[in-house]
Amino acid sequence: MSEMTAPAVHAAADRQVFARQRAAIDASARLPVLGFFAGAVFWLLVGTALALLASIKLHNPEFLDSAPWLTFGRVRPAHLNTMAYGWASQAGLGVLLWLMARLARAELCHTRLLIVSVAVWNVGMLAGTIGILAGESTSIEWLEFPPFAPPFFAIAFALIAVSAMVTFRNRRECHVYVTQWYLIGAVFWFPWLYTAANLLLLYTPVSGVSQASINWWYAHNVLGLWLTPIGLGAVYYLLPKVLGRPIYSYQLSLLGFWSLALFYNWAGVHHLIGGPLPAWLITLSIVGSGMMVIPVITVAINHHMTVVGNFRQLRYSPTLRFIVFGAMSYTVVSVQGALQSLRTVNEVTHFTHYTVAHAHLGVYAFFTMIMFGSIYYIVPRLTGWEWASGRLISFHFWTTAVGVALYFLALTFGGWWQGLEMNNADVPFLTIVQKTLPYLRARSAAGLLMAAGHLAFAVLFTLNLLHFGERRSGPTLFVERPQEADLALTVEPAGS
Amino acid sequence: MNQAPTIFLGVFLSFASAWLGLVVAPYLQLTPQRSANAIASDAQDRAALGGIAAQGRDVYLANGCVYCHSQQVRPEGFGSDIDRGWGPRRTVAQDYAGERPVLLGTMRTGPDLANIGARQPSATWHHLHLYNPRITSPGSIMPRFAFLYEHRKIVGQRSNASLKLPPEWELEPGYEVVPSGEAKALVAYLLSLDRTGSLEETAP
Repeated sequence: MSEMTAPAVHAAADRQVFARQRAAIDASARLPVLGFFAGAVFWLLVGTALALLASIKLHNPEFLDSAPWLTFGRVRPAHLNTMAYGWASQAGLGVLLWLMARLARAELCHTRLLIVSVAVWNVGMLAGTIGILAGESTSIEWLEFPPFAPPFFAIAFALIAVSAMVTFRNRRECHVYVTQWYLIGAVFWFPWLYTAANLLLLYTPVSGVSQASINWWYAHNVLGLWLTPIGLGAVYYLLPKVLGRPIYSYQLSLLGFWSLALFYNWAGVHHLIGGPLPAWLITLSIVGSGMMVIPVITVAINHHMTVVGNFRQLRYSPTLRFIVFGAMSYTVVSVQGALQSLRTVNEVTHFTHYTVAHAHLGVYAFFTMIMFGSIYYIVPRLTGWEWASGRLISFHFWTTAVGVALYFLALTFGGWWQGLEMNNADVPFLTIVQKTLPYLRARSAAGLLMAAGHLAFAVLFTLNLLHFGERRSGPTLFVERPQEADLALTVEPAGS
Repeated sequence: MNQAPTIFLGVFLSFASAWLGLVVAPYLQLTPQRSANAIASDAQDRAALGGIAAQGRDVYLANGCVYCHSQQVRPEGFGSDIDRGWGPRRTVAQDYAGERPVLLGTMRTGPDLANIGARQPSATWHHLHLYNPRITSPGSIMPRFAFLYEHRKIVGQRSNASLKLPPEWELEPGYEVVPSGEAKALVAYLLSLDRTGSLEETAP
């Protein structure tokens, strides 16, 4: 990151060399990364439609219920899988590949293979989603795609991993930056998780409750060891890049990364507290979940101290506003997760909408918001075209931020209360069901807000690809920034 | 300094440790338990899921019942599962031996089904409830599974299998509702869900 920490020392010639390198890297990344982003935006819209449908069905159970493929039990897993593998994973893959190339200061390798992998991934998505809606779901949470779909993702991922690792090996920059640790972790962890879980649950299934342990080891790690490292890696890159100042502490970065690698792994089985599994297994997972406080607080301090004193820049930079929202949500969701894994808390929250709120705080308020911010940063560098409208980006931010906050609050309160009542055998079950209805309706309202934001985002993305409107000289900001030296946002002009 | 080897090694070891702990160790611990009871539980599995009930489980999987219904009873003193009458005892690993996939579930938008066959042994009730949950359970937010039932004009004699709807839910005259094969299978599966008996693992 020498180009950033001490820009002044570079002679003009060096700067030109770096600019040419960046241009070559972005040219190499253009098609595959935009391909993954386009796929991601498409599945985000599909997943949003499925989400609204599922949400409305919970308070209006007879809404569109005559066709089997629209029944709640199919629409809900179709929503989860389109969001997890269609939107989140593809957005993450685009960000990962671009960051890998930029930080290695090397062009992205095997770009033809990557373009093939975009196609294979999306064919797998289409086949799997249709499979779930057609009634072929496995009903194994987070792995609902029917057995014909996982090979598509495995093949696509193998190609992606080869490209990412060869790009890393070709690096011109000898320092391995903190973002790269996280990305290497993600590239290595996901295929192991995905292959092991599919083999042991779908193709040669083990018997009985061992499956549940494998299932939650997998499902929790999709967030913890696949999406989280990409999200945190993006924050570690973009905070210093947008603010023009280095990460606060290298030591904290080290501690944060290695404690995450060590503890997150163990956390998944807390989804089975109270269940018919060996007590040692669940206790171990609770310990792992509790220990997660270490990486979370470490990373929170490191990020906060990097931004501190520069919060007013949130007024201008879309990227910064989205990723700061995401990074703060990471702290909240992780601390909440550690508390939720305690047996006394879990006794109330397990089996309720509280858990659903928690999941959306993680995958949406944390990961998805960081992906939005990253895409706002990366795409103009690939298309050579700035975003069409700062006001529309602002609309996207406020609808999604307010939407997810409302979503979280409604289901957290509703779910907590639902859990308390469920633990009181004197309250009839159907009374509890009726009392959750206002919270479920509030969730649908929140979903509508988020859907409006996603539409704005999709419009912006499409307009950018089409080079719509007039060419802008600088980056698209929320409001024009005053020309004071101390407010300099170190943003490279598009295409440089 | 080239940190790449350290990163690769660390990433591998940390991950491998949890893989051994959460995937391999439970498998090793629970597999011998299965073989000790293999004969008994195999016989039990076959009895429970013979023929039509096994098909019914496929209907349960296809329509995502697991997203609202758990199949596990938590121990006494932890939640109120037993007080709610969802089972006379907690469920244990042995209750699920041989199940693929295991359907413990993580959500209770609807009640637990670990012992629904014992708690509600009436096939008639289940058919009415699946056809329209509001018939048997006013205020329920469960979807109608009417698509598993045939709504047809009575030709000649009324079918023996047709649902006897309560007066306020009656169809227009001359029509009847008949369960499809899938509906019958699903009900057979639900009726097979009974984990109330005692097992080696539940013996005091």
